[in-house]
Amino acid sequence: MKCRRCREPAVIDIRRHNAAFCRDCFLHHCREQVRRAIDEHRMIEPGERVLVAVSGGKDSLALWHLLGALGHEADGLYIGLGIDEYSEESAALVRTFATGRGLKLHEVDLAAEWGFDVPTAARTTRRAPCGSCGLSKRHLFNRVALTHGYPVVATGHNLDDEAAVLLGNVLRWETGYLARQYPVLPASDGFARKVKPLIRLGEREMAAYCVLEGIDYQVEECPMAAGNRHLGYKEVLNALEDRSPGAKAAFLFGFLDRGHDLFAGLAGIAGTGGGASGEGPVLAPCASCGSPTTGEVCAFCRLRERVRDDTGPAPGPEPASAPSQTPRP
Amino acid sequence: MKVLLRNPRREVEVTGPVTVLALLARLNLNPESVLVIRGDTIVTRDARLTDDDTIEIRPVISGGSR
Repeated sequence: MKCRRCREPAVIDIRRHNAAFCRDCFLHHCREQVRRAIDEHRMIEPGERVLVAVSGGKDSLALWHLLGALGHEADGLYIGLGIDEYSEESAALVRTFATGRGLKLHEVDLAAEWGFDVPTAARTTRRAPCGSCGLSKRHLFNRVALTHGYPVVATGHNLDDEAAVLLGNVLRWETGYLARQYPVLPASDGFARKVKPLIRLGEREMAAYCVLEGIDYQVEECPMAAGNRHLGYKEVLNALEDRSPGAKAAFLFGFLDRGHDLFAGLAGIAGTGGGASGEGPVLAPCASCGSPTTGEVCAFCRLRERVRDDTGPAPGPEPASAPSQTPRP
Repeated sequence: MKVLLRNPRREVEVTGPVTVLALLARLNLNPESVLVIRGDTIVTRDARLTDDDTIEIRPVISGGSR
């Protein structure tokens, strides 16, 4: 195959674009797709500092790299989830990435600073670990952003992630979640803006970006995510994509262009799965941590209390007022 | 050729020559779900692989929360 742009030998084919690219033209393609997503959805205003949520996986490290390549001031935030060797390896990869490029990295250790880790939370709640993990990360991303004055938090959700979430929401007609599924969640009182600049790039493209840019990322899957529903949705969508290239993009972008607005207004209605930012119920500070919440105590603090009640006093200190960070070299 | 697979990590021997697409079909893998890496670069689905090659087939699907 030849590169569509320069006719040199290609290294990757992207069937939904009916195109193949050489290394340099593929990297250009990725930067252009991210630039287009940011511009189209006004994700980042000129001069804004961005906090990038990094896990050590391909998407978040590629995102951090891409934002830098596009000239954005982007710092990283890594959350230690306490998933044994998996977390140790991911932390090492993130630190190596940041140090090698002179980037500023904030770190929060869930166990040391908040008294529980994801495996313990999963045992306590007797539910899939991804629930406690996602809840903790969303809470801490926002908290660190507000503490350090970042107006915007960027996450590495890509086209495949969003298509899989959309499929899950449609299968259960989660109208509140459908109302909130968008590449940008605007800032509101107590919430930083959340953006997903990789929305136009697929998972395979992100892995290819890392390989071609020499970014060392965590290839192994999280041991706690094995067999989860989200992975099943991705397999189904990839089977469709293999038979019908472009199916995932048509599904997701069709929803964003023509379906999303039909659900607007359902974001905060009880029983619809709606969340607590944007239009919705009245928010008040959590009695425990001060974060905005619809109840007296936020979901993150309720989880902490539940783990504490189940396992005894927290092993770590009370939460620090500010997360630790490594200074920019 | 030696083919490294992940999740779980294992190595299999495959006889070439064979195209990337045929190799993936032989291993019952969806081309949308993996990258095929030869040396330090990736290869397209029409690339021809020989017995001298060392290939990594890297899954690209990740799940869980973000």
